[in-house]
Amino acid sequence: MYLKKLILCLTALLLAPLSFSAWDDINMTPGVNAIAQEIFGLHMIIFWICVVIGALVLGFMVFLIIKYRKKEGVEPADFDDNPKLELTWTILFAVILIGMAIPATTTMIKAYDDEEGDINILITGHQWKWQYEYMEDEVSFFSNLLTSLDARNNIAPKTENYLLEVDEPLVIPVNKRVRFLITANDVIHSWWVPDFAVKQDAIPGFINTAWTYVDEPGVYRGQCTELCGVYHGYMPIVVKAVSDSEYKDFIQGKRDLKAQQALLTEKLWETDELFTIGEEVYLKNCVACHQVNGAGIPPVFPALAGSEIVMNDKGRQVEILMEGVQGAAMQSYAEQLTEVEIAAVITYTRKAWGNDAGGDGEIVVPKEILDYKNNKL
Amino acid sequence: MSAVIEGHHDDHHHGPAKGITRWLYTTNHKDIGSLYLWFSFIMLFIGGAMAMVIRAELFEPGSQIVSPEFYNQMVTNHGLIMVFGVIMPAFVGLANWLIPMQIGAPDMALPRLNNLSFWILPAAFGVLLATFFMEGGAPNFGWTFYAPLSTEYAPPTVTYFIFAVHIMGASSIMGSINVITTILNMRAPGMTLMKMPLFVWSWLITAYLLIAVMPVLAGAVTMMLMDIHFGTSFFKAGGGGDPVLFQHIFWFFGHPEVYIMILPAFGIVSHIIETFSRKPIFGYDSMVYAIASIALLSFVVWAHHMFTVGMPIAGELFFMYSTMLIAIPTGVKVFNWLSTMFKGSLTFETPMLFAIAFVALFTIGGLSGLMLAIAPADFQYHDTYFVVAHFHYVLVPGALFSIIAAVYYWLPKWTGYMYDEFMGKTHFWLSFVSVNLTFFPMHFVGLAGMPRRIPDYAMQFADYNMIVSVGAFLFGLSQLLFLYVVLKAIFYGKKATGQVWEGAQGLEWTLESPPAYHTFETPPNLETGEAKS
Repeated sequence: MYLKKLILCLTALLLAPLSFSAWDDINMTPGVNAIAQEIFGLHMIIFWICVVIGALVLGFMVFLIIKYRKKEGVEPADFDDNPKLELTWTILFAVILIGMAIPATTTMIKAYDDEEGDINILITGHQWKWQYEYMEDEVSFFSNLLTSLDARNNIAPKTENYLLEVDEPLVIPVNKRVRFLITANDVIHSWWVPDFAVKQDAIPGFINTAWTYVDEPGVYRGQCTELCGVYHGYMPIVVKAVSDSEYKDFIQGKRDLKAQQALLTEKLWETDELFTIGEEVYLKNCVACHQVNGAGIPPVFPALAGSEIVMNDKGRQVEILMEGVQGAAMQSYAEQLTEVEIAAVITYTRKAWGNDAGGDGEIVVPKEILDYKNNKL
Repeated sequence: MSAVIEGHHDDHHHGPAKGITRWLYTTNHKDIGSLYLWFSFIMLFIGGAMAMVIRAELFEPGSQIVSPEFYNQMVTNHGLIMVFGVIMPAFVGLANWLIPMQIGAPDMALPRLNNLSFWILPAAFGVLLATFFMEGGAPNFGWTFYAPLSTEYAPPTVTYFIFAVHIMGASSIMGSINVITTILNMRAPGMTLMKMPLFVWSWLITAYLLIAVMPVLAGAVTMMLMDIHFGTSFFKAGGGGDPVLFQHIFWFFGHPEVYIMILPAFGIVSHIIETFSRKPIFGYDSMVYAIASIALLSFVVWAHHMFTVGMPIAGELFFMYSTMLIAIPTGVKVFNWLSTMFKGSLTFETPMLFAIAFVALFTIGGLSGLMLAIAPADFQYHDTYFVVAHFHYVLVPGALFSIIAAVYYWLPKWTGYMYDEFMGKTHFWLSFVSVNLTFFPMHFVGLAGMPRRIPDYAMQFADYNMIVSVGAFLFGLSQLLFLYVVLKAIFYGKKATGQVWEGAQGLEWTLESPPAYHTFETPPNLETGEAKS
């Protein structure tokens, strides 16, 4: 089966330059806005210059190899320099480089433009998800990988957007200047959307800026491009560019959701309800490190199953979820999850994997999380 | 000069000591050269096995044979081993064997230091490889070990990694001091600087680079150590530190480091091309100046590895221009090699095949490097497989091919036996085809948007990744053939003459093959003869 695929691949490799659709798969994306297209154009200019130089050099080599192979009765020449010729090609190189540097400089200046945007979005890289915060609208959410573990482990089929799909894409309006303020919470990440030609490192303690202006509504995908730990390959970026009215609806929807969640916190909760929600939250946010069975990957990611804190120290567990653990991969979830979700996931870990039987079995309700937050203020 | 031979009367002049102590206590440049080369050969297979794991994991989309955690350990250690355990020790091994024989010196200037430089290397790599068996696993933060992933978020074994890097650095610094001292003090009478063989020149400059930047690397890992264990905040944003500072320090070391891995290759290839062209090297002087300018420029280009960290535009432009400048001396070298072949009388023995492949494929790697230098375009290339393709083109068919070429070229001199030419050529063609099959499609997947250092990838990259993996397996297997050819030459090879190659010039070829244990105890006199290589 592999052999057949390989033959197919090799044929595709040979035919690739002939077919336009295949060409797209092996070249940089032309992008969807002016700056991306300009960078693409620059790339193609430099690419063809390099191809021509490469072809000349390699072609000349082939000529030398054929023409000057050792023959009976032909003595090799014995010259060993030619200063004029050497000076000529040195100057030639310099001229070619200046020719490249000029368009590169103009494009660079256009790409580096940190004027305020119509909309400013703070992007924060976390191990291993992106947080988007709309500065003007006070809306904030996290964007997690949607691809299931089963698909990654070859149990479920892989869909078209395998590893490039998220639960909540970043939504931006078309025809507006959108400025991204990019930072990170833990290690260095890098936010890259090829169609916008935006790749900017997200560095803890720094805020970098980048911007885009999209004309066409559409869905644009990218990935984290700086090694950021175990699941570096699993934190994609999806940006949805929509019309202005759709964008307003989206923001309003996010605000309504926030209000609803506040109400839910006050509600009276059953253990089973919390457990069910908690399981969902756990599978989405916690399994990467603590594993499905709660065993973790010690010593870096500690086990939750049988953990003293999870079984008998409810107060400390709440504190860990809210504050994170200094010097470890465990981050604060106070902003990533709602009060209901935090309470539910704590309840879930205290009831699952036999922790119920081994420990005090106490649950946490959303109100307690809210109280924790209020006490801190 | 220290007296190197102790004990037995009957071998007090020429023979090595017997048994294991010969290798443990040796101060002989030929023995130490062999030790370095064999060490690097073994590490090539260990680092290569890691590459095979990486390519097996990337054979198809989806999880294949290892976990993402172990994958990161493979990526990290593959890089560290190939850079510090294969390419660098192999060049030091060649320096040990060749520099004294090429400049007419009896040995390296500091023989005991030489022994120490080698023997701490296996210790360093023993420490590094031992981390695989420790709690938390081996280093997993990439060979560039960016903070804070390598400090606050590193596995506990990072401390062993830091210690290993310190030892490797000490080994390199001592080796470089030895090379510089030898070259500057021990040349045969009449060998002026501008008459030195190009390999010696390339190593003299490389050694200065090493002395300049290895302490910088040591500084970087020491700051990491302080951050991890002693509460400092050099790179900790939370404590007022600066994660970008790490990258500046690392690449101030790292960029000269990549030239450390290519300059000696320039020297080797120059010798091989002139020998098999039967014509003196074209533009000797400009070759020397080109190497020197590349070395100087290497100190002012480091931030081209960091175009996306958010530098001010003046920084982006400065590092773009300075990087583009490197194309000039590099282009000069390529044109000089071609001009050496022009109107020559070429034959294509295995070393020449590898040297020609070096020039051709290094040119491809150089041109992709020029593309990467263009800062705005680099926003799209940075940290994708395009970069992986670029640096593997300059390091595998670049540095590694030059080392293989050197081994074929000088093996008859070292051992006294010829290798099997047919098998050597087979090894070349297998390596040449598979190296391109491995690294050329990486340009495509990189441009199409595949990031580096990911254990799994989106569906559109599947076909090319499979080709790359097949190429990599083939390349890996081909190197077993290399081992076979070398062993066959040593045990069953035909006797080689002193001259070995018809067109070879230089002092080492005036010695018998294999050379005596101690050579040039009386320096040759070059004032009467021509020595320019």
